[in-house]
Amino acid sequence: MDIKVNKKLGLKERYNLMTRDLAWTPTYQAFKDVYPYMQYEGIKIHDWDKFEDPFRMTMDAYWKYQAEKERKLYAIIDAFTQNNGHLGVTDARYINTLKLFLTGVSPLEYMAHRGFAHVGRAFPGAGPRVACLMQSLDEIRHAQTQIHSMSNYNKHYNGFQNWRHQHDRVWYLSVPKSFFDDAITAGPFEFMIAIGFAFEYVLTNLLFVPFISGAAYNGDMGAMAFGFSAQSDESRHMTLGLEIIKFILEQDPDNLPIVQHWIDKWFWRGYRVLTLVAMMMDYMLPKRVMSWKEAWEIYAEQNGGALFADLARYGVKAPAGLAQACKDKDHLSHQAWNVFYNYAAAAPFHTWAPSEADMKWLSEKYPDTFDKYYRPLWEHYAKEQKEGRRFYNTTLPMLCQTCQIPMFFTEPDDPTKVAYRESDYKGEKYHFCSDGCKNIFDHEPEKYIQSWLPVHQIYQGNCFCPDVDPSKPDFNPLAEVLRWYKITWGEDNLDYADSPDKKNFEQWRVQATGN
Amino acid sequence: MSNVFIALQKNEETRCIINAIVADNPDAIINEQPAMVKIDVPNRMVIRKSTVEEEMGRDFDLQELHVYLITLTGHIDETDDEFVLSWTH
Amino acid sequence: MQIDLRTVSITPLRQTFNHIADRLGADKAASRYIEATMDVQANANFHYRPTWDPAHELHDTARTQLVMKDWYALKDPRQLYYGNYTQARARMQETAEADFMFVETRGLTERYDAATRRIALDFYLPLRHVAWGANMNGASMCAYGYGTAITQPCLYAGMDQLGVAQYLSRLGLLLGDQGDLEAAKHAWLESPVWQGLRRLVEDTWVMQDWFELFVAQNVALDGLLFGLAYKEVDAVLTDKAGPTVSMLTRFQAEWFEDAKKWVDAVIKVAAAESADNQALLSRWYTAWRDRAAGALRPVAAIALAQAGQGALERVTAALDARMSKAGLTV
Repeated sequence: MDIKVNKKLGLKERYNLMTRDLAWTPTYQAFKDVYPYMQYEGIKIHDWDKFEDPFRMTMDAYWKYQAEKERKLYAIIDAFTQNNGHLGVTDARYINTLKLFLTGVSPLEYMAHRGFAHVGRAFPGAGPRVACLMQSLDEIRHAQTQIHSMSNYNKHYNGFQNWRHQHDRVWYLSVPKSFFDDAITAGPFEFMIAIGFAFEYVLTNLLFVPFISGAAYNGDMGAMAFGFSAQSDESRHMTLGLEIIKFILEQDPDNLPIVQHWIDKWFWRGYRVLTLVAMMMDYMLPKRVMSWKEAWEIYAEQNGGALFADLARYGVKAPAGLAQACKDKDHLSHQAWNVFYNYAAAAPFHTWAPSEADMKWLSEKYPDTFDKYYRPLWEHYAKEQKEGRRFYNTTLPMLCQTCQIPMFFTEPDDPTKVAYRESDYKGEKYHFCSDGCKNIFDHEPEKYIQSWLPVHQIYQGNCFCPDVDPSKPDFNPLAEVLRWYKITWGEDNLDYADSPDKKNFEQWRVQATGN
Repeated sequence: MSNVFIALQKNEETRCIINAIVADNPDAIINEQPAMVKIDVPNRMVIRKSTVEEEMGRDFDLQELHVYLITLTGHIDETDDEFVLSWTH
Repeated sequence: MQIDLRTVSITPLRQTFNHIADRLGADKAASRYIEATMDVQANANFHYRPTWDPAHELHDTARTQLVMKDWYALKDPRQLYYGNYTQARARMQETAEADFMFVETRGLTERYDAATRRIALDFYLPLRHVAWGANMNGASMCAYGYGTAITQPCLYAGMDQLGVAQYLSRLGLLLGDQGDLEAAKHAWLESPVWQGLRRLVEDTWVMQDWFELFVAQNVALDGLLFGLAYKEVDAVLTDKAGPTVSMLTRFQAEWFEDAKKWVDAVIKVAAAESADNQALLSRWYTAWRDRAAGALRPVAAIALAQAGQGALERVTAALDARMSKAGLTV
């Protein structure tokens, strides 16, 4: 045999041999049986090989770099745990952001893991498959590193311990849960636009960068470490999201209207979930990084603007809800925190009214709205609380059929008027918080009538422990729902001021700084 | 013209990468944040393997960027020698 | 203010999450594997039926005939979660990298025996497509399986198989060139000796029962193929021309030893659950073992000629012994 001089292959050529060249078109089984989910969404793909993965990572490099990230991350987590790092955070109010994260976001990371395994399997193209499956691996990483980072907080603070149980049951946690259930039960192409593009590319910076910077500002090295480490994968995911939408649009002009509808829908679905992030940034961080409004301007308006300017060449328009979301930026966090302040008895984390110093910051950041609309509310609550009448709302709110958030959002042009929309479907009336959510429902009513709405479920008697007897005279429905939620009264819920978390943290800090 | 950007964790390795970016992209705008550095460049940013290697004094595989990356925006074109972000086609 | 927080001894409120404590039977410290695995998958109150499979819930135990009281009984004895999984594979890839580098820099492939080289290329290179098929199946089991304890290692195994396909491609480029990869793909698609195996792989792609797929792929096909390729054929090539190819396939040989521990443990627990499971698994096993053995017969002959049959009998006996030990009727 000739001795060949192996010419050195370039990154692109080599990567093709390591992925695309491995695949073949089945002949013993029909294509449609091997890839059964490729037709029903109406997306037309003519040549899967046109997809280019710009990162071109092979498994050996993946293991090498990911293992290095993991070693670094767990070294920090271990050090943080050994040094009682949790006592170094600004104050224990901060820890409530982590509770929200573990119960609301980490289970979504896990769902993303399963979802990307599913779409990776579903796509006949080797390039998108490999990128999706690597993302599936990354997503289980995120779920697990978050569980591990918060495992030590769970040992010392209340509200983490029932994250699995609560994610599938508690009223506001159905907001993130239904969001991801919605994406993963959609077809594979829609999932990619929903999660890969709309969430990862357009919105994820708004979730992670402020959260992680918030952790850094508030002395939480553990959360900062997992956050930054996760973000390094996120860049790969964002790139997949961008490449896949370009690929779909380039494959056939008929794909544009389908994709545009998904962009509109998933921008709005994702934006509604980020309501929780908005209130976290403005109200829950003792030391703030930037306001929700500022983050929105950088990551949604400027960065999203650049993105949609670029995508205009495909005929893609900016998401239909973007204009309203930009108007809402002055109101979103205040309205959301108000609701959680109201319902502090029914959530496994603590809320509090902003202090005078907090309100000063909020006035500066929201000069057009805070003093006018929201300061009076907080001053009223603070006064009531001072006089021993901390307000807890014990009624059940009406939820939006689509996003499942209580109906508290106001009209885009009138911040004093709560927005209500409704649709009739098969003789039933359905309620929505916004045009965005109503449009989503009207397009696929058969899907959204299935929603497991926590408040409806309570009314239907599905949210009580089996031993409960509603006919008893002392039956207390709220207490019984909380028991079913596994929320321990006075420990996991209510105002931060009265919480064991606050008491313990202060006592431990005294121990740490005294003799 | 839109900016492209990249954000990196702050450490010894990225100090070298950031120096290399500044050297190869005269219009780079550096924005230091807690534990993170964000670099914006109008329209197009290039990270050159050779410049990073000079800064580090060792071999550098561009895929090593993944270890330190926080976020980025723009279209990516990666070869063995260069990592390019741009809004041009 | 400098505070040395280490000096504080505080009593934790609890040791682990409540669902973990319920599983451990007490509130005690749990391993990272356990906290990262047990009950991580949602199992209640799904909002919508999958549009791609309206007959099932998003995560649904009815996607297999196998019945488990608790799907989290199917734990991974290697206790792999993402962190120690990637670190274990990174160590293996570092060794593989060093081996590839050694073979390349010492010019071992230039001096490699020409006839043996031909055999190695003809036998090993089409296997990259088998590994690609296994990658798809790993994704499938992860996506449609039930419970993180079993779905998690299924994805890891699937990605390992992608790694195997890529190492085989590199072997081809080092021992031969791009033309050899092309020729091997052509053989995979056209040559009669490979068609039984290709048909088998394509048949696994349309299987509806994910646990049967586990048996077909991870037990039967991998059990026979890895034994054949990285033990039997490897030994013969090493006898003929030294350990160069062994070095280039070391990852696969080590991986198989590792994967076996997991596969055997899963089968053992699933079979011990009930007589129905035992019968079902035994039936699946014998059927897929026989199909895989049949498909591998002409393939074994590429490398081993008449000795192929004996080699296949040995690896089949080894697999039967494993499965019999795990509780199946073989």
